[in-house]
Amino acid sequence: MTDTQPHFFRRGLLHGLPIGLGYLSVSFGFGIMAVRVGMSVFEATLISLLNLTSAGQAAGVNVIAAGGTLAEMALVQLTVNIRYALMALSLSQKCSPRFRLPQRLLGAHGITDEIFGVCAAQEGALEPPYLFGMTLISMTGWVLGTFLGAFAGSLLPASVTAALGILLYGMFLAIIVPPARKDRAILCTVLAAAALSVLCRYLLPALSEGFAVILCAVTAAAAAALLFPRPEEDAAEKGGRP
Amino acid sequence: MNHTVYIAVMAGVTYLIRAVPFGFFRKKIRSRFLRSFLYYIPYAVLSAMTIPAIFYSTGSVLTALAGTAAALCLAFFGLPLIAVALAASLAAYLTGLLL
Repeated sequence: MTDTQPHFFRRGLLHGLPIGLGYLSVSFGFGIMAVRVGMSVFEATLISLLNLTSAGQAAGVNVIAAGGTLAEMALVQLTVNIRYALMALSLSQKCSPRFRLPQRLLGAHGITDEIFGVCAAQEGALEPPYLFGMTLISMTGWVLGTFLGAFAGSLLPASVTAALGILLYGMFLAIIVPPARKDRAILCTVLAAAALSVLCRYLLPALSEGFAVILCAVTAAAAAALLFPRPEEDAAEKGGRP
Repeated sequence: MNHTVYIAVMAGVTYLIRAVPFGFFRKKIRSRFLRSFLYYIPYAVLSAMTIPAIFYSTGSVLTALAGTAAALCLAFFGLPLIAVALAASLAAYLTGLLL
């Protein structure tokens, strides 16, 4: 540890503050949703602490609620979260030499769309305390919001919790619409995945929701990769939004 | 089945997805197909998760439609995630009051 390291930690905290605040309100919706499908307040909070990912957690509690198999759970998480592997890969090229194996294994937990986006956009090498500071504040928001949503969700009027049920999906739309608007290939991917998902829902109702998402997403993304292969550069740069 | 087992599998898989590449890989993926696939998969996943589930997320298709419309409009203009998410909820709530 050199004397510059606390400075990186503080900067990480500061840059992570908007992420933490955003997470706080979105995870509130997750907390409500998790309790609704039968998780306890403790379980919902634990899931947020251990996973730190919105789409994966939403898909995961749906698998639990539906009484799916553990293999289904693993496969769902793999599909929904596989983007983190690419972000991790990309971010690992940017790590300062201070990132030894322990720092990497600890820091890996903080790789989310938002944290990756901010870290990847920084000038220069990524320092461990910067990533740790940003992860700490983001996790605090995510876990606290989940707890509050799971705990207070039952105290709120039903009309409010019902309306909050759409919160996470609203965020998903906010993630996919802007890039779909700019990039025709992404638009086609998004529309194809949505169309397949609707077909699965109404034509194959026996298919569990988790497997349906995997099937639709993999089919749409593979078709897009064949029809619109990305140029060399941007596939690696992909890191969600800044 | 016990929820704890599910949660352990969920957390374990999610952690490994992040930790294995971040901890051990130092090379770049060469396959253009694989890189493209990984580029598109998050959008495809989020889309498939959202449609049609969003229409059933509030317990009333009408309020959900209002929320979806609000989210699409704000997202189209690139507003921050949290603004879009809250607007969807607010629109659903207000529509619920009218019904």
